[in-house]
Amino acid sequence: MIILNILFLATGMAKVGAGVGAGLAAIGAGIGIGQIGANAMDAIARQPEMVGEIRSNMIVMAALVEGVALFAVVVAVLILFVG
Amino acid sequence: MNLISFPAITGINYLCGKFHHLKMHNRRPVLRIAAVFLIICLSATAGEGRVFAAPAKDSTLTPKPGFDANKVILEHIKDAHEWHFFAVNGHQVVLPLPVVLFVAGRGWSVFSAARFDHGRQTYKGFRMLTGDYIRRYNLPAKSYFSGKIIAVKADGSPNFDLAIYDYSLTRNVMQMMLSAFLLVLIFVGMASKYRKNPGKAPSGFQNALEPFVLFIRDDVAKPYLGKRYLAYLPFLLTVFFFIWINSLLGLIPGAANVPGNLAFTGVLALITFIFIMFSTNRHYWQHIFWPPGIPLWVKPILIPVEILGIFTKPFALMIRLFANMLAGHMVILSIISLIFIFGGLASIAGWGFTPVSVAFTVFMYLVELLVGLIQAFIFTNLSALFIAQAFEGGNHQGEEEAII
Repeated sequence: MIILNILFLATGMAKVGAGVGAGLAAIGAGIGIGQIGANAMDAIARQPEMVGEIRSNMIVMAALVEGVALFAVVVAVLILFVG
Repeated sequence: MNLISFPAITGINYLCGKFHHLKMHNRRPVLRIAAVFLIICLSATAGEGRVFAAPAKDSTLTPKPGFDANKVILEHIKDAHEWHFFAVNGHQVVLPLPVVLFVAGRGWSVFSAARFDHGRQTYKGFRMLTGDYIRRYNLPAKSYFSGKIIAVKADGSPNFDLAIYDYSLTRNVMQMMLSAFLLVLIFVGMASKYRKNPGKAPSGFQNALEPFVLFIRDDVAKPYLGKRYLAYLPFLLTVFFFIWINSLLGLIPGAANVPGNLAFTGVLALITFIFIMFSTNRHYWQHIFWPPGIPLWVKPILIPVEILGIFTKPFALMIRLFANMLAGHMVILSIISLIFIFGGLASIAGWGFTPVSVAFTVFMYLVELLVGLIQAFIFTNLSALFIAQAFEGGNHQGEEEAII
């Protein structure tokens, strides 16, 4: 019974862990994509005629960084919904 | 479900090649034939199309009173054997879909999901699981979930000896067939327009899609793949438009969430992996098993990493597309569920919160439209990049060992 209680406690803590993990992932994505955006703005300011190329590269890099953050989100969803 | 997506993809694969005004100089027909053959062989192993279908432990098994947001959200995201549109006066409007099962001893069984009566009836020795059944027979929640079909013995208890291969036409499968049909319709129409009006400016829908096709050809295929882009261009175009149209269709309320399904993205990543493997050359394997320019004592660490890298790249493709689509749909569904959650607390709170929720949902819908396009483009871009990396090598003759 004690083990069951500990297990239920562990499940509760697991959900907290999942929430915190997803939040941290969001912070990481925010910082990363913010830096990409900032450098893209600088590049556009330096060379306005390259706006199209810079924009496409910025979007590609942002999607890659976001993909990494979404790995963490998938782990959090796994914790919440599977076991 | 993969049974349908593979032939659809290869069929569109071929039709997409008809776009170009120039003749198709396919110098690698063996590549395409090998791809088709592998796809047909692999589709024989397609099983359940519902990899990400494990339910929440608390919601779908033990029904909660009132509005169960968890259950509603998961129901909308998961695959199902019937297509639930809406409920009128408490009566559900559903379209029951065909169930196709194969059991080793009994052969194929094809019948409508309506026979299961939402899991209350046993039909021909099969039963669709519900929360009650799972709890009654204490089935492990990890492998047995609401909606799964199992074989039952005469008295109704589960029959663990019979292995069922579930090839049903579920919601996702029907939506993929619909999107494949739409793609064939659109692109065959476009191709015939090009053939009928050679040299004339495009018009109509053809005009709208031409920039995308040319973008994939000029900015994704040609820069990465160089001279051999024509062999891979049909695949890249197919992947791009298939993912995009499935994302778009999935946004329609009542439709199935196809790219948010791990099996769908997994199959696309697997096809990319096969393309990569078929395009490798000697330099690629040499770089993996004996990386040049690395000191000798680092090599034992780097070689396993490189070998793992072969598999992690398509794996990342799969997870990226899946997580993006899933997260988007979950956010939209959660925001709408908030209305009902607030409404459960106090009816006026539900009404008051509705404009906020609807506004936020519209914003999320716009984001989802953009994300669907971007993710399709990223998948195509990275597929082209990985394929190009597979056959690039050969220009490291001048490199010596790195000086550390």
